[in-house]
Amino acid sequence: MTDLADNSAKRLAPSGFLEFARRHRTLLAALFLLVFPLLVPFKALAVNILIYGLYALGFNLLFGYLGLLSFGHSALFGAGAYICGILMVHVGMPWWAGVLLGCVAGAAMAAIIGTFAIRTSGIYFAMVTLALSQCIYYVFYQATGLTGGENGLRGVNVEMISIFGLRLNFVDPLTRYYVVAAFVIVALWILSRILASPFGAVIESVRENEARARASGYDVRRVRLVTFILSGAFCGLAGALQAIHLSIVPIELMHYETSGLVVMMALLGGMGTFFGPFVGAAVFLLLENLVSLWTVHWQLFVGAVFVVCVLFFPRGIWGSILHAMEKK
Amino acid sequence: MSVDAEVILRTESVSKVFGGFTALRDISVDFRRGAITSIIGPNGAGKSTYFNLLSGAFAPTSGRVFFEGRDVTGLPQHRFAHMGVAKSFQITNVFPQLTTHENIRVAAQALQTCFDMWRPRAARRDLIDAADALLHLVGLADRRDRLAGTLAHGEQRALEIGMALASRPRLLLLDEPTAGMSPEETRSMMDLIVKLASERTVILVEHKMKLVMGISNRLLVLHHGELLAEGTPDDIRHNEDVKRVYLGKREH
Repeated sequence: MTDLADNSAKRLAPSGFLEFARRHRTLLAALFLLVFPLLVPFKALAVNILIYGLYALGFNLLFGYLGLLSFGHSALFGAGAYICGILMVHVGMPWWAGVLLGCVAGAAMAAIIGTFAIRTSGIYFAMVTLALSQCIYYVFYQATGLTGGENGLRGVNVEMISIFGLRLNFVDPLTRYYVVAAFVIVALWILSRILASPFGAVIESVRENEARARASGYDVRRVRLVTFILSGAFCGLAGALQAIHLSIVPIELMHYETSGLVVMMALLGGMGTFFGPFVGAAVFLLLENLVSLWTVHWQLFVGAVFVVCVLFFPRGIWGSILHAMEKK
Repeated sequence: MSVDAEVILRTESVSKVFGGFTALRDISVDFRRGAITSIIGPNGAGKSTYFNLLSGAFAPTSGRVFFEGRDVTGLPQHRFAHMGVAKSFQITNVFPQLTTHENIRVAAQALQTCFDMWRPRAARRDLIDAADALLHLVGLADRRDRLAGTLAHGEQRALEIGMALASRPRLLLLDEPTAGMSPEETRSMMDLIVKLASERTVILVEHKMKLVMGISNRLLVLHHGELLAEGTPDDIRHNEDVKRVYLGKREH
């Protein structure tokens, strides 16, 4: 007991820098994202990291902060991508409307899946979300007229965009990066506010102890559903950005592999930490890109890194770094 | 039905059946406002089942529960805190990875706001102050910034009572508040309960009969899921049935 107590006393005396960084985490992240493309071998990879980082961030809100493991997040990511693409290709909406409505579509899809899934928890929740996301996968797969089915939805092209009279060439990789980064920074800021708000405290308390939260007067089911919908909005936004980044929505975006991918990224980076999912996405995609330069069996290598991480650094890469800094 | 202001909580012939096992049979009791009522009985008597019916953790199989004259049978658990009923658990039940202060602050927040996701938590200064006041009351002020999971057992129990009080309950339900406590911790917990009872109604479940004899205004004795006796500590002490099933045996 005393041992534990001593450790905790240390844990709660973070250095001044950590406290400062925590308070201004969105600003620091924004500054980092400004120089990030210079550190990455190619710009398209930097955009990918941003998008998957955002996707993992949305997933982590549910998994890391609320404690529900979903295996159906590809449906939220895919819904955002498809709705953005469909609205641009078939309806002729401008790109920004597609992106915003893609975000809404992710939330709406989460509301549908969540309504059924939040009655369960643990492995049952994972299975229900997996099953429902597969149903949705087939709906989009079969609706070839709208989604292009197996071939994917082509022609989600964005070339020139103008923001407040400023004309930007979206085809230029660096410009594209900064446009996507602007969305991601706003999303980070919103997420940071949510987590620091009274509702953020409710989310944590439900994760920590559901029965106690209920006895305190919280409607745990509604808290879960609202968190799921918020998570869907972030993932839908990520999906929509992916659609305009790729100029196509491949059906694979909705496949359950995409759900598994985000679980891996969140675990790799550190679940329940603010930047962990982002770090996880970056490490995963960097490994994938760099290792595949010299071997086609890159998955073997990434898989090994993942196993080592889970076995020896259960807090994830970012989580372990934070833990080490707090202990100092 | 007539509303008796003296009666804060009433159960009308409640029963609870789990599978084929009848855990509680036909219990009708009026709990008086402002009193400390203790529910006692040997192991397996149905005390915890009865407690869970009173606190809304689950609904009775038959019978009804009334709080301040209002039928609350089958109401979801989270509504109870909003009505003015708070409980502590038999097994320590805190938010282990949150600080002691945050534990109480979150509990206090429950009745004020849940879905406020834009303002910072610090903007609700009133909740922060309320939590600090409760930390003082339950004697944990010097543990304010420790993680709740690292507190000693007795401290966690005190924290739980602080969390229950955070919803400003008119009725406080305590399930074996001294379970697993050292004699010193037990004494200070009993003092705390008596102090709390001066401002609100307290119902507690207790396994150790001697402990509650001194502080309770009324006692209920359960045995095999039935109400064996009810009355003042003196009544209970001289009740032949109670002597036979309970006092005659060695106490733990």
